Amino acid sequence: MPILEAKNLTYTYSIGSPFEKTAVDHIDLSIAEGEFVGVIGHTGSGKSTLMQMMNGLLQPTSGQILLDGCDIWDKKTDRRNIRFQVGLVFQYPEYQLFEETVYQDIAFGPKNMKLSEAEIDRRVRETAEAVGLTEEQLKKAPYALSGGQKRRAAIAGVMAMEPRVLILDEPTAGLDPKGRTKILTQLQAFHKRTGCTILLVSHSMEDVARYASKLLVLSQAKVVCYDTPTGVFAQSQSLESMGLALPQITRIFKQLAEKGISFEDEVYTVKYGAELLKTRLEGRNPEC
Amino acid sequence: MLKDITLGQYFPMNSVVHRMDARYKIVITLIYLVMLFWGQQIWSLAAGLIFTATAVFCSKIPPKMIIKSIKPIVPILIFTGLINLLMLDGGDVYWKWWVIRITEEGVQTSVFMIVRICLLIAGTSLLTYTTSPIVLTDAIESLLSPMKKLKMPVHELAMMMTIALRFIPTLIEETSKIMAAQKARGADLESGSIVQRAQALVPILIPLFVSAFRRAEELALAMECRCYHGGEGRTRLRKLQSGLRDYIALAITLLMFAGVIVLNAVLH
Ligand SMILES: Nc1ncnc2c1ncn2[C@@H]1O[C@H](COP(=O)(O)OP(=O)(O)OP(=O)(O)O)[C@@H](O)[C@H]1O
Ligand SMILES: [Mg+2]
Repeated sequence: MPILEAKNLTYTYSIGSPFEKTAVDHIDLSIAEGEFVGVIGHTGSGKSTLMQMMNGLLQPTSGQILLDGCDIWDKKTDRRNIRFQVGLVFQYPEYQLFEETVYQDIAFGPKNMKLSEAEIDRRVRETAEAVGLTEEQLKKAPYALSGGQKRRAAIAGVMAMEPRVLILDEPTAGLDPKGRTKILTQLQAFHKRTGCTILLVSHSMEDVARYASKLLVLSQAKVVCYDTPTGVFAQSQSLESMGLALPQITRIFKQLAEKGISFEDEVYTVKYGAELLKTRLEGRNPEC
Repeated sequence: MLKDITLGQYFPMNSVVHRMDARYKIVITLIYLVMLFWGQQIWSLAAGLIFTATAVFCSKIPPKMIIKSIKPIVPILIFTGLINLLMLDGGDVYWKWWVIRITEEGVQTSVFMIVRICLLIAGTSLLTYTTSPIVLTDAIESLLSPMKKLKMPVHELAMMMTIALRFIPTLIEETSKIMAAQKARGADLESGSIVQRAQALVPILIPLFVSAFRRAEELALAMECRCYHGGEGRTRLRKLQSGLRDYIALAITLLMFAGVIVLNAVLH
């Protein structure tokens, strides 16, 4: 059974005013447990809106969100409990830090879950390590951290609730390439270790191609496709018409193919591309 | 919840009222307010009602929006109504129980007060619905400019108002964002005792203050980078311009005000 489902989901902002805007338009979707989903789409395509509906922060204008087959807006469901199960890291989450120390801030979520002191301590230390915050930094005030460190602290704050579904809205926006890779690799390790479902919103094709097992492409408030990266990147034309570019490496291999050096598989990570090229070159070496 | 705050919100449309000179709109609104409290007869209230209805109709603002702006003050209306109803004594006694006496004068005054306050809110929200905050402060600055001779820092005051108005929606948006982020971490804002609820505000207020100070600093820096140095010698992109429709509107308002004064004097 899928862990998260959307049925005919619609969200309209400011209904009845001149600013009325449908940000999510009759979406159907079903996400299997343990999946690492990359969510891509042009600016304003409704990614953030959809993500906020997934954990019950926004109430759909119409349609349903099902978690384990139960409607999360059902009268009987406890929405707070839903939010512990579906963790959401907002776009620019560093502005939500408020406690005196980073440690206390990460502990805010688990504390709200009414866990025992020992359990809270274990979770804070574990997630801090998972996102790469040192013991030293845990004792600092959140405002004394750098931008990237604040981001990690904020991500850890949601991870520490150990949600079954972890949603991250552009967790790497505005970070340097190294910091980006670091956060994403740590996220991948977390995914492998806990087996949770992850939804990662990103503008970077490279990132989603590298880490995601499924891609969700949104355009103008609708789902264009939900498929494996190979399946999605096969439709390069329609992607480009939506203003989304293929990963650089895929484009390079496409151009190589035009020049007569073609490979059977689609390439969308640098690592795999390098491997292919290496075997091809090594295979050739004796001939020269 | 936060989205329902409508007073002071601009509602862009293309109508005669929107196109009017903001200075005239302010003056007309002021006269209108004085008129509402000057008039003591049912006729003057009726005049105010017709005037407001006509203005709303000309502005193309949905009447729903006007009603929405009155909603938040319903408790005040009820309170004022009750106080007047119970405190005033005079005329026929309609109902009597223990020390409570409902009299003709009490009923009349409380109805008057309620209608007056409704009209007051409707009129002033119409002003803010049809005039963008920036134009509004420009107009206030222009109207107050004679005070500059008295060494009143008119431009600075207007600038402060512009900035404050400009940041109200931003801060509201920011507040709801922070609230959502803390709710996502299980913050409970809706239940618990008063003390618990006050404590629950801490995770919202602290980030809000931090961001407000950060924004203020950024704005100050940005203004300095563009060599802002106050009102001296500054020219405007949008000049306020009055025209025929403004003169006509002012004339109608003045006529009505005069009518109310005359009615008052004659009937008293
Ligand atoms: N609070 C709001 N009020 C009104 N309209 C909104 C609001 N938030 C978003 N929108 C509109 O809804 C649409 C979708 O917004 P959303 O934030 O979901 O986009 P997004 O895909 O996350 O974009 P980005 O990549 O820039 O984060 C946009 O057109 C936006 O203008
Ligand atoms: Mg977004």
